Amino acid sequence: MNGFAGFVLRRIAGAVITLFVLSVIIYVVFYVTPGNVAQITCGPRCSPVQVHQVAQQLQLDDPLYVRYWHFLQGLFAGQDFSTGTSVEHCPAPCLGQSYQTGRQVTDIILTKLPVSFSLVLGAMVIWLVLGVGTGVLSAWRRGRLSERVLTAITLAGVATPVFVIGLVLMIVVCGELQLLPFPQYVNFTDDPEQWAWSLLLPWLSLALIEAANFARLTRASMLETLAEDHIRTFRAYGVGERAVIARHALRGATASVIALNAVTFGSAVGGAVLTETLFGLPGIGQELVHAVKVVDLPVVVGMVLVIGFFVVLANAVADVLYAVADRRVVLA
Amino acid sequence: MSLVEVTDLTVEFGALRAVDGLSFSLAEGAALALVGESGSGKSTVAGALLGLHRGTGARVGGSVRVAGTDVQAASDEELRMLRGARAAMVFQDPLSSLDPYYAIGDQIAEVHRVHTRVSRRAARARAVEVLERVGIPDAQRRSRSRPHEFSGGMRQRALIAMALACEPDLLIADEPTTALDVTVQAQILDLLHALRAETGMGLLLVTHDVGVAAESADDILVMRHGRAVERGPVGAVLAAPAEAYTRELLDAVPRVGARRTGSPATDEVVLEATGVRREFGRGKRAFPAVDDVSVTVRRGETLGVVGESGSGKTTLGRMLVGLLEPTAGEIRYAGRPHTGVNPAVQMVFQDPVSSLNPRRSVGESIADPLRARGERDEERIRGRVTELLERVGLDRAHYDRYPHEFSGGQRQRIGIARALAAEPRAIVCDEPVSALDVTTQAQVVALLGELQRELGLALVFIAHDLAVVRQVSDQVAVMRRGRLVEYGPADEVYDSPREPYTRQLLAAVPALDPELAARRRAARRTPVAAQRPAPEERTRVA
Repeated sequence: MNGFAGFVLRRIAGAVITLFVLSVIIYVVFYVTPGNVAQITCGPRCSPVQVHQVAQQLQLDDPLYVRYWHFLQGLFAGQDFSTGTSVEHCPAPCLGQSYQTGRQVTDIILTKLPVSFSLVLGAMVIWLVLGVGTGVLSAWRRGRLSERVLTAITLAGVATPVFVIGLVLMIVVCGELQLLPFPQYVNFTDDPEQWAWSLLLPWLSLALIEAANFARLTRASMLETLAEDHIRTFRAYGVGERAVIARHALRGATASVIALNAVTFGSAVGGAVLTETLFGLPGIGQELVHAVKVVDLPVVVGMVLVIGFFVVLANAVADVLYAVADRRVVLA
Repeated sequence: MSLVEVTDLTVEFGALRAVDGLSFSLAEGAALALVGESGSGKSTVAGALLGLHRGTGARVGGSVRVAGTDVQAASDEELRMLRGARAAMVFQDPLSSLDPYYAIGDQIAEVHRVHTRVSRRAARARAVEVLERVGIPDAQRRSRSRPHEFSGGMRQRALIAMALACEPDLLIADEPTTALDVTVQAQILDLLHALRAETGMGLLLVTHDVGVAAESADDILVMRHGRAVERGPVGAVLAAPAEAYTRELLDAVPRVGARRTGSPATDEVVLEATGVRREFGRGKRAFPAVDDVSVTVRRGETLGVVGESGSGKTTLGRMLVGLLEPTAGEIRYAGRPHTGVNPAVQMVFQDPVSSLNPRRSVGESIADPLRARGERDEERIRGRVTELLERVGLDRAHYDRYPHEFSGGQRQRIGIARALAAEPRAIVCDEPVSALDVTTQAQVVALLGELQRELGLALVFIAHDLAVVRQVSDQVAVMRRGRLVEYGPADEVYDSPREPYTRQLLAAVPALDPELAARRRAARRTPVAAQRPAPEERTRVA
């Protein structure tokens, strides 16, 4: 167990360094990006004096390292902001205040995160069931007509953009058939049933495309396992094809499915922009795109750090699961 | 009725006819060895007995009857009932032949449950029982281990246990000992022998090693190009082969008793290792792969290094070439300390497939050392490479071909040509012939000897095969667990070994004479309980 504890500690240390580097990169990138941030924040009709005031209030004239230092201070010790009339305290971990709205970034994230999480977790269940199921089926029926049809469908799935699938789903299900109302996001804590109904189509459109990836991966690694010597052993001992597939070939594919799932999950938390936009889900991806457009640096940094945190976390979890799935892997 | 009845069997893979009209039969409880070089079709025959070619696209003709089942006509279900229950197969590579994800006991239990209607628990108990029978110590606990936690010999025992689980009438063993060290090989062959005596099952042994056949079978069938060349009782065929090919095959088999002929050894020391030690790992996990080894190689002389896997012979070889730095001690080349790689000391690797870049022509691979030396003139490079190709018995037209177009023996010749390109004074050959058939092996060994005489090369010949080493060496170093056990002139080491370990190694080499093999087996049984693995094979002794 000592090895396991060491592994967790090393992973945490690695994650902290990764996130630290990430935040520095974002600061530098935004610093060198052309465009007057104060002007954009203040609005097109501001006078030069007003723009100057905004720049001072947001400390935009300070050198890069000073601004970054303030950011770090806020993160570890909390920070006080003046809103012009009063002083607002932002407790640690403070990611700063939105240039645009003055809201604290941590607040924004806390309201957006549950939405993104709801979307990705639900979709994950669907893409795993559908993707792995299709993969197993096409590995089992390899070379036959049904397998070719499945392969064609998954290929089409990989190649279809999410907004096409999402739009088609919406038009057919909500428009033509009128099975569901056009989705309007409801919080899980408000009404779990409505929450599920409102997310059904987003889940499907995000999951269908990812499922295609999982189907292809599952099929490929199962076929690879099926070509291995130990499969021959069990066939030579009279173990039926179904048992060979279900027990031995699928087992060989679990490790790669776990790895892909971690990456997909981590990146979908912040990267499902298209799905969120299409269905009007107020999630992290949508907010991030907006923040980038208006150069709202604190929001961007906060969002990217949270997304980065999930990617790192998902990968660490995958490594642990990987070692559980394959005892030969040593966590180091 | 005989256990196996094969009549006019033909197996075709596309245009290739792997088995061509083979017929043989095996009586109940008898043991037959199918012997042949790679590509002779022997493993294909073994697979055909269990109908393993079904659904692979191979065309199978003729008739195969095993334990009363017509394999060709049987339904998939009937075939499943035959496989494992009546006829069980033991495969060559025991690591890849077991599922890495499941405990060994569970895998055996799974197979057992396919053929018997017993509970999970009873199947598991049966698994422990057979593991115990094949000599796995502490079988109850070890049955929960996964294959990678077993040593090579124990894995092979586990596979044999799987075969025993359903008490089959026929055991088909496809190269069961090829991946194992000699002492472990002897234990496995003894185990097969004991099991046959105990259960009365028949044995079909597929092997490229005539010695293994002599140890374990009653009858032998020599195969070549998918056909039977010669068959008969093992003793009779080996003592007086009737066919030219059988004679050729037997002549090519290196004998442990054969002395090396003629070598003009000199006093000029080319390579010298003094007290070298090499550790792998750091801190508490550090272990010495080579520990306090001193050897000397003179001009025109061959030093043979023998030992079982993990004995440190490859590590020693890499240090001699300069690919690894010793942790302690010193390597000297021509009297001077030798650090880093030196063009004068070259290496020939074991696996001629993976040690050549598959995407470059062999001419380019051979030219590498020339270019590394700074040669830029394309004309001269091509000329020199052509000369080298011809020197190792290949054609000048082979320059632009790619490695996959060559046979194993030819690839090893390419490896030798590449080593010669830098005009070395010493070559370290790491298992240069162990991937080759005996006849090819003999040719490559002859080529090395020729080159040595011609160029006065100092050779280091690393191998696990004691007979090959004897054939080529002037001096022999026997290694075990990183240490030098015995070191001296080849004839002394082989004819009058001082150390018990050397004697044990030599006694484990399969004899080409079945009677001698039987006597040796009896001798092995007396000192130690025959079915127990050697101490180093156990990971934990209770």
